[in-house]
Amino acid sequence: MQRIQQDLNRFRRIVRGQIKKNLRKYMSQGEMIGRQGKRAVSIPLPQIDLPRFRYGSKQSGGVGQGEGDVGDPIGRGDPQDGSGEAGKDPGQHIIEVDITLEELAEILGEELELPNIEPKGQKNIVSEKVKYSRIRRVGPDSLRHFKRTYKEALRRQVASGLYDPKNPVIIPIKDDIRYRSWTETPLPQSNAIIIYMMDVSGSMGNEQKELVRHTAFWIETWLMSQYKQIEICYIVHDAAAKEVDKETFYHLREGGGTRISSAYSLCNKIIDERYPPAEWNIYPFHFSDGDNWGNGDTQICLKLLTNELLPKSNLFCYGQVRSLYGSGNFIHDLKHSFENEDALAMYEITKRDEILDAIKEFLGRGR
Amino acid sequence: MKRTDLSPELQAAWDEIDGYAKGYGLDYFPIIYKVLDYKTLYEVAALGGFPIRYPHWRFGMEYDQMAKGYTYGLSVIYEMVINTNPSYAYLLEGNEMVTQKMVMAHVTAHVDFFKHNMWFAYTNRRMLDEMANHATRIQRLINRYGYEQIEDFIDVCLSLDNLIDYHAPYIKRPEARTEIPLSSPRPEEAAVEGLKVERDYMRHYINPPEYLAEQRQKQVEEKQKARRFPENPQKDILLFLLNYAPLDPWQHTILEIIRDEAYYYAPQGMTKIMNEGWASYWHSKIMTEKALTDSEVISFADHHAGVVATSPGRLNPYKMGLELLRDIEDRWNRGKFGKEYEECEDIQAKRNWNKDLGLGREKLFEVRKLYNDVTFIDEFLTPEFAAEQKLFSFAYNDRSDLYEIASREFMEIKEKLLFQLTNFGQPYIYVEDGNYGNRAELYLKHRHEGIDLKYDYARDTMRNIFIIWTRPVHLETVIDDAPYLLTFSGGELTKQKL
Repeated sequence: MQRIQQDLNRFRRIVRGQIKKNLRKYMSQGEMIGRQGKRAVSIPLPQIDLPRFRYGSKQSGGVGQGEGDVGDPIGRGDPQDGSGEAGKDPGQHIIEVDITLEELAEILGEELELPNIEPKGQKNIVSEKVKYSRIRRVGPDSLRHFKRTYKEALRRQVASGLYDPKNPVIIPIKDDIRYRSWTETPLPQSNAIIIYMMDVSGSMGNEQKELVRHTAFWIETWLMSQYKQIEICYIVHDAAAKEVDKETFYHLREGGGTRISSAYSLCNKIIDERYPPAEWNIYPFHFSDGDNWGNGDTQICLKLLTNELLPKSNLFCYGQVRSLYGSGNFIHDLKHSFENEDALAMYEITKRDEILDAIKEFLGRGR
Repeated sequence: MKRTDLSPELQAAWDEIDGYAKGYGLDYFPIIYKVLDYKTLYEVAALGGFPIRYPHWRFGMEYDQMAKGYTYGLSVIYEMVINTNPSYAYLLEGNEMVTQKMVMAHVTAHVDFFKHNMWFAYTNRRMLDEMANHATRIQRLINRYGYEQIEDFIDVCLSLDNLIDYHAPYIKRPEARTEIPLSSPRPEEAAVEGLKVERDYMRHYINPPEYLAEQRQKQVEEKQKARRFPENPQKDILLFLLNYAPLDPWQHTILEIIRDEAYYYAPQGMTKIMNEGWASYWHSKIMTEKALTDSEVISFADHHAGVVATSPGRLNPYKMGLELLRDIEDRWNRGKFGKEYEECEDIQAKRNWNKDLGLGREKLFEVRKLYNDVTFIDEFLTPEFAAEQKLFSFAYNDRSDLYEIASREFMEIKEKLLFQLTNFGQPYIYVEDGNYGNRAELYLKHRHEGIDLKYDYARDTMRNIFIIWTRPVHLETVIDDAPYLLTFSGGELTKQKL
């Protein structure tokens, strides 16, 4: 083994956050653009920059070489004001974190110490995978196995003394012909459906939606690493609920009041019609500012949850985001009614920093 | 480490190059070549050119980057040479012969530079052994105290390794010494008497009250100075910490090692442009004038172009140094220097100036002996050169969040460039007081030159100094044009306006 291997392993473990966590804040995700054939690929290049006394970047500038007039831009600035990111110098590659989703999920999992999910219904849900691994005597010509056919013919000719080493011509007859055939392997399959519900009433502003979008992204990343196949539904609601596509989900802004039960009953309907709980792992996520209309509706919600949604879902998550008008009561009502319910996770997200905590709360249960 | 010595073909090539280089007057330490496969070469490169270093994750990081660069065909290290006597140079196994020859030519010039440039005069030429000793000592500490503890402390020391006095090896700074121990009693100074007066009535003339007051003031200052510790500001903060911080012996060992290595690498940082320029100048000279065969021309041109390539907005030290050296050679060959030339106002005449002095080569050898990057740029960068090389200065524009070309004015470019090079473009920080408030607190001062410190990094660096000093650490600096005193005493950094 190379001497350097030891240092390299140590560095990699630091990058993955397994040791010396205090150094991670000096880490920047660098990137190199490399080539693979004709395709440009981006190679992640993590770096750790130990703190030293040095100049802030903004005022400094420097000297370069090349064409251009005064005022021409030559590189992008630092996106965050002064708080440690590498790649500010022009000419240096401006860096965007680029790792595969699997890696991202892995990092997320390690970072938040998320348990792997045990899908339910694994035994019931069986699909069959077909593999061509057997040989048969009958079959369509397109599946003819030339090598085996040749071997059979050769064997027959040798056995029957028709084989002449000086003129080794092999002529297969019908009995010699072999065909490929398939075997079926039962494969437990786990599918998951994420149903996002979002409150788009007047009180949910862009900032709240941004929080939702970030949270949703991480949830998807994690669940995708856990399930083979994932489907996603989007429901928006104010006083009434409707199913929409992704684009609309994140950008729609309605006015009006909030009736959460409308979303829950639509969600229930979608589950019943399209995703039978016996076959699907169901993850409804609901985001709202928690300002529900009147007490009556909250009662309906609680009933829907108890009788329908919670029994059907692996996990029902409720994220309450703080809006301009403060945070509503809904989360307290839920807490009050479902104190020890495993299938229900809730979190109040007030600022971006809390997204990871919310995700840990949602996904930390391994359901 | 897998090592292969020169094959007969390479040996023949080296004999040839060696002859040409000596013929041009290059004078270097004996050079020992090692031919390495790329993995080993990159390992050695990651270790800063030395086969044996102490274990530390940052070497792994360097290796990761270089090996990835190589695997994806983005960057190749052709050569590496270290400043020792004899010098060790590494060649990459399997390179074309023309590349190997170019590398050898390049290496001769580097070693010539190591040997003759005055900034290298005080470097340890037996660093190969020294580095291995450092490795052994640290390994022993690891065995005794555990990997984590030692590595954590190395991280702390590395975070301070730019707090040295880059010029210390070359000049004696009498003021840099603090010899009188704090506790020793000092003789009481006599009261101010003024000059000796024979006659009483003259007293007023010879020692007017203002003069006496001035003398008294001076005495008070002297007294305060004597009470100060250190007596004068100290730039070599690491040395100060080594001398006065309450370090355990093992911590002392580590800090000393980090400081030694920082000083060893310092001259290479101080002469990057010149050193690379010098090597590029000679490899291209030796190759094009002597060593190239017809079939190798294209390959050489290709490699050479790679070495001196510029990407927009970036300054390539190889290119910059090479062009500037060629410019100097040309100027001294044609006599484009001195009073007469400077004062000539006819642009046409200046451009075609030629006195056939032929002093170029001689001047180059002088430059390589006496200059470092700062003095080199300061003395030889001319407006004509800056225009020809399309140099510009850039600055950050708040409104567009972009770096933009700020100017093509010569003075501005030169100023920016010198600023980047002086003190390695790092903030100038020194120890002002080691017994601040008479509470053994460390008072550092940042000589502000228009650019603020990176705040979060400054905070964490102060935390690291605190780990070593163990008493509160203060830093006087400027933030957004207002003077501030930052104080770290274990918890959060506090910020106080002065």
